[in-house]
Amino acid sequence: MRPDLEIIQQWIQPGSRVLDLGCGDGSLLHYLNTSKSVTSIGLEIDEGNIEQCITNGVNVIEQNMDEGLGNFQPDSFDTVLLAQTLQALSNPHILINEMLRVGKYGIVTFPNFGNWKSRLYLAFRGRMPVSKFMPNEWYDTPNIHFCTVKDFDALCRENNIKILTRTVVDSQHQGNWAMKAWPNFLGEIAIYHITRD
Amino acid sequence: MPNTIPSDSVGIVTPQCIHFNEELSLRSGNVLSGFELMIETYGELNADKSNAILICHALSGDHHAAGYHDEEDAKPGWWDSCIGPGKPIDTNLFFVVSLNNLGGCAGSTGPASINPETGKYYGPDFPVVTVRDWVKSQVMLMDHLGITQWAAVVGGSLGGMQVLRWAISFPERLRHAVCIAAAPKLSAQNIAFNEVARHSIVNDPNFHEGRYLEAGTYPKQGLMLARMVGHITYLSDNAMREKFGRTISDLDSSGSNFGRDLRTGTLSFGFNVDFQVESYLHYQGERFSENFDANTYLLMTKALDYFDPSVDYEGDFSAAFKNANCKFLLMSFTTDWRFPPERSREIVNDLLKAGKEVTYLEIEADQGHDAFLLPIPRYVNALSAYLKRVHTEGSADAS
Repeated sequence: MRPDLEIIQQWIQPGSRVLDLGCGDGSLLHYLNTSKSVTSIGLEIDEGNIEQCITNGVNVIEQNMDEGLGNFQPDSFDTVLLAQTLQALSNPHILINEMLRVGKYGIVTFPNFGNWKSRLYLAFRGRMPVSKFMPNEWYDTPNIHFCTVKDFDALCRENNIKILTRTVVDSQHQGNWAMKAWPNFLGEIAIYHITRD
Repeated sequence: MPNTIPSDSVGIVTPQCIHFNEELSLRSGNVLSGFELMIETYGELNADKSNAILICHALSGDHHAAGYHDEEDAKPGWWDSCIGPGKPIDTNLFFVVSLNNLGGCAGSTGPASINPETGKYYGPDFPVVTVRDWVKSQVMLMDHLGITQWAAVVGGSLGGMQVLRWAISFPERLRHAVCIAAAPKLSAQNIAFNEVARHSIVNDPNFHEGRYLEAGTYPKQGLMLARMVGHITYLSDNAMREKFGRTISDLDSSGSNFGRDLRTGTLSFGFNVDFQVESYLHYQGERFSENFDANTYLLMTKALDYFDPSVDYEGDFSAAFKNANCKFLLMSFTTDWRFPPERSREIVNDLLKAGKEVTYLEIEADQGHDAFLLPIPRYVNALSAYLKRVHTEGSADAS
């Protein structure tokens, strides 16, 4: 399992209802279904991923999140997940609020653009950072809304969203005391557990 | 006839006629004192009878869903692309039951059967049956076969509506509902097309108020027109272009004739058949009129029009689905304008509102409503993957 998913799953209560936005091949939901007996649904638009979800026995709905979550009832899920998808949304702020309308808790993970590597890349090369982790050129990328840990903190503040836990890890998904001290500088992936304030 | 029967075919199949002596009370208030259902089965029922799948047919379908009736049979059953060993509805894994619905004209009791009380054809006296009545009769069939719970009930179009009715009315008797290219209920436009079809049938001079069989004739022209109109709604604009717009005729070498292949290469300047699409519709209509009973057509279109599971729940579909106990797979096709993806999404959203487990796919396909009968790779693969899950879950429960 992807290590950020390892961290996420600790926040999911056994037997709860989970909605995964951009659920990929359904491996996290498959894991949660079997190890935590959750009732789950994933949203996905990639055809290959959707078929893989079905093979994994994961309920999946072909739905573009950019069109909103209007078809989901308020508080119909315990937790709504958004893993590594925030930066690809047209309106991240709307969806974050939608997540907390539909679910009691939200879990959001995204690549932290405030990481020192990105900062150095931009500072010294003067070009949009490209790395193994974020391999696309600026003109040809699904990632249209990069943000930093500080940016996301501000978004939560402005939208009255309470941050229950904020963790940052590096690309090997390891955290340490230094990352805790300077998350926006050292963290490569940010992981937030949020709820409505 | 196929020179050799393909290895992924269920092979030669023999229909069975099952007689029911019990009464069946219909939604209309009428009661059938007994009836017969024509069925076919493929594959083997397992020891604990947990691997049975019911196939529900659409408007003009019947029990012959897969395989061949004999060596001379030119065409296999209507859903042979999906039913067979190794196919999505895998007869190596599942015991598949397919029937001709009550009121049909392929052997089950219907308007073209003899009414035992009068010794004459039922004709127009055969009561109007609804999707609910069909599902009730399918429950009786299930009991007859000794099956307590279907692994899945599967159907497209009007068949998909039967699947929804199963989930609502008999929640304990199926584990999965597979509903393809369907709608929660008909739109006014859908009903309008059905009414054109019925109007053309009942106004055919050979209709004889439904007693055409007694008169030794049938409303050929009316039935032809009904089928032609229906056929147009099954295909998409693109599918028609694809079929009838390939050649650029001498008449119009600029290519602006696109989508309108000429039949003979010249215009007749009369009111004869000029374009390929016209002769195609005539052919389809004619072939259909020779094989299908007009009263059954009236009855099937009424069953479609009347279908609305929300009537018992003040128009609230999610309330209708509240007691459903199965998991759902829904699929729609992008160019289907008879039951477009939005209609399937309505069902999906009501199921979500009711807190049900749903999987939904919107398949990119050019073939319109007909797509559900065709071997479109993404569709077939998804159905296959889903039914593998149904099988795995079934065997996990049994162990």
